[in-house]
Amino acid sequence: MQYDSKLPIYLQVINAIKMDIINERIKCGQKLPSNRELAVTYTINPNTAARVYQELEREGVCFTRRGMGTFVTEDETIIKDIRTQMADEAIVEFLKKINELGISVEEAVNMIRQREE
Amino acid sequence: MLESIQITKKFVGKTAVDGISMRLEQGHIYALLGPNGSGKTTWMKMVSGLIKPTSGEIRYNGNLIGIGTRKEIAYMSTEPYFYNWMTVENVGKYYQDFFDDFSMDRYNLMIQNMDLTGKLKVKSLSSGMMAKLKVAVTMARDAKIYLLDEPLNGIDLLARDAVMNMILQAASNDKTLIISSHLVEELETVVDKAIFIKESHLAGVYDVEALRVYDNISLADKYREVFSNVSMGGVR
Repeated sequence: MQYDSKLPIYLQVINAIKMDIINERIKCGQKLPSNRELAVTYTINPNTAARVYQELEREGVCFTRRGMGTFVTEDETIIKDIRTQMADEAIVEFLKKINELGISVEEAVNMIRQREE
Repeated sequence: MLESIQITKKFVGKTAVDGISMRLEQGHIYALLGPNGSGKTTWMKMVSGLIKPTSGEIRYNGNLIGIGTRKEIAYMSTEPYFYNWMTVENVGKYYQDFFDDFSMDRYNLMIQNMDLTGKLKVKSLSSGMMAKLKVAVTMARDAKIYLLDEPLNGIDLLARDAVMNMILQAASNDKTLIISSHLVEELETVVDKAIFIKESHLAGVYDVEALRVYDNISLADKYREVFSNVSMGGVR
């Protein structure tokens, strides 16, 4: 995975995992790799890997079964929520750029429609 | 815990390490960063007990570095240190004779994973293969502290991936890994702490993720800030 080295690595890995869950590359209820496997797969520090799971757990995206590992939530509303949340982040990012270019939201919407046609 | 207390090493006409004091905790991977000749190798050699400090002391869990700590501290030097007649298999046996904590099983597994074979002659190895062999034989020890001096130097991308893989496989809560390098970008995601050594002095110890979270800068940015007067340009 390519990282932006100025942004927190744990957030970038969290987003990659969320994207995999939304796209069903990782399924609801599926077991996630161990801390070490995650560290090796993403070439990240094991403490960063632990933090990734802590955050995902805090957000309810995954949960730990004692002695069995970390699993993706089976609650589909949570997955819908993270999808909405990620879409929202993408929109905020987009609006920021459009604003920098001095383009109004209406203009941007028209441009998107034209492109779609 | 590894403590470097006012450690100084003077060679004739040059002070290689000058009053370095710091504490390194277990469960972290440290980058030891600084330009060539800044004192990284000398500091590592003192921690591993290969050379004695001129003044100051180094303690591991309270004990002075010496015969007693040698079995807890694994050191990989930059320069190759195998005999030309040795095969990959011989290198393992050589280590097994020297170190009680060496695991031949782990060594063989790593060798296998890296497409090295036991019968290969050390002198026939490419620099990438040699780098992998050096890391493998070091990480096959069950030490508490691993000092790797420039493990990524002069090797291609795939060999670097393999080396990183071995390092991450070996890292755990009760171990301390210290990796020196001048390839800062390569260590960016793997280390969680960075020690900067500038002209024989300690120039700071940083939490790498905290640099990104609180200062929006990368480890490489911090490196530039510490070691050069060149500005980062108007990018940010």
